[in-house]
Amino acid sequence: MSSNSPGMGARRPGDGGFRYALVAPSIFILLLIGVFPLVYLLVVSFQGITMTDNDTTFQGLLNFKALFDDTRLWQSLMHTLIFTAIALPLELIFGLAMAQLFIDRLPGRQIFVALLVLPVVVSPIVSGATWALMFDNRFGPINQILGWIAGQELTILWTVKPDLVYPAILVAEVWQWTPFMFLLLLAALSAVDKSQLEAAAIDGAGFWRTFTRIVLPAIWPVMAVAVLIRGLDLFRLFDIVWALTKGGPGTMTETISIFTYVKGFQQFETSYTAAVALLIIVLLTVVITWLLKRVQLAR
Amino acid sequence: MKLALRLAAAVLVTLFFLFPIYWLFMISLKTADEIYSYPPVWWPETFQFGNYVVLFKDGDAKTVWNSLVVASASTVLAMFLGTICAYSIARFRTGGEHLANWIISQRMVPPITVVFPIFLLYVFFGLVDTYIGLILLYTAFNLPYVIWMMRGYILDIPIALEESALVDGCSRWQVLWKVVFPMCRAGLFATAIFTFVFAWNDFIFALVLTRTEVTTYTVQVTHYFGSQSNFWAKISAMSVLGTLPVFIVVGFMQRYLVRGISMGAVKG
Repeated sequence: MSSNSPGMGARRPGDGGFRYALVAPSIFILLLIGVFPLVYLLVVSFQGITMTDNDTTFQGLLNFKALFDDTRLWQSLMHTLIFTAIALPLELIFGLAMAQLFIDRLPGRQIFVALLVLPVVVSPIVSGATWALMFDNRFGPINQILGWIAGQELTILWTVKPDLVYPAILVAEVWQWTPFMFLLLLAALSAVDKSQLEAAAIDGAGFWRTFTRIVLPAIWPVMAVAVLIRGLDLFRLFDIVWALTKGGPGTMTETISIFTYVKGFQQFETSYTAAVALLIIVLLTVVITWLLKRVQLAR
Repeated sequence: MKLALRLAAAVLVTLFFLFPIYWLFMISLKTADEIYSYPPVWWPETFQFGNYVVLFKDGDAKTVWNSLVVASASTVLAMFLGTICAYSIARFRTGGEHLANWIISQRMVPPITVVFPIFLLYVFFGLVDTYIGLILLYTAFNLPYVIWMMRGYILDIPIALEESALVDGCSRWQVLWKVVFPMCRAGLFATAIFTFVFAWNDFIFALVLTRTEVTTYTVQVTHYFGSQSNFWAKISAMSVLGTLPVFIVVGFMQRYLVRGISMGAVKG
């Protein structure tokens, strides 16, 4: 990569501005949509704007202090972490198992893979709606199938009962994104050095030993990127939960994104929402910086 | 011998992942009686398209058009601006690693924290519920992705062609148009598809920034959720209208899928 570039930059006089002209529009837009909001959030978070009061006087750290006493906020953060902590490993394990299943020669393999991809490209709000159809207590097929197994009619209230909403949302979430893990890990597995696997087989290494010593180190970089992408996505979880429960019952399944939306766009606590948004950005920046020190993202 | 077992497992897994999609499509083809029949019917008596006809009659299908407008316009914009930016970063190493890292970090922020201040800004400038407002935001949201992906694709093409074009008297812009863009045509195409799908499938930006005029199909789907009962016929038909085009497009994109969704981490 580095041996490619020298020379191109200053071959002719008058080219110096060209490289900057190319990046200028993008940087401008990113500053406008990326940095301006940050500055704006900072300003608004020190004010006292609510639905009824357009108070733009300096309020000091009032809104930030309020963050610490807001149990609903910390609960929503907790819900987000619970969803992430359960969905992420499940997606990874199922994705890996499926990749193992499809890695060797299999009739119609290409067609299988093409079909398995479909959930990934469905809009999350649509997959949420689809699972709402699936989980419907009377007209959905899930209770029907469970009823066959149980041998009696069932009308389980999946999206209403407190101890069932989490499984319901997690099923939808894992359904949609396991194929994502599967695709990436399948590609990673295909790139594992075959001669090493054969050598291990000749030496009499079992499946597990081969997997942990050869396969896992080889697919590790891809796995790390996949987990990072999914982890960041799960942290912003909104659509599927919105379609299935809107954060309910009560605030039981409210994620941090839904909480922010409700505060900002339903309760119009503008200044406080700004403080919440800043908190999210700071938390995420800390986590990402920590992670990126450990994981080298694609080149 | 184990092949049969693996094949059976593969079929089962595939059925599990396809069944919800099958169910969605079937509901949209059922009559109201079939949708609200207990126990549920798995196969409608006849395929009828009444649920779709209603969407077009009521004008709700226009939301698909809105999705198309904002997704297409923002894709074209993001692709053009992002690709020339990526070229500069790839070939001249403009801004070094820092710029590239800063750009990709823009993609990591949760959308809700971006859209909240943007909403306040848009209220001020009268951009809420306008095509321009949505297009601008989707362009900005997709730029990091385009820059990141196209940087990878451009680095994949040999530099010698560009150098000889320069020697032959092409201007810098001509090199871009006549050499770089055609050389990474496949990458451009693949990246554009994903950029389009991201905007097309987005919900939260559209939820916040539209009211009635430029409502996208994803927001429209949620309008059919009632507090007491849901309009399953409309929910499913609208969902299919929005999903089918993506399926068709992605069907042609299999080769680039892995690289696209892994943000370039897997060359596939």
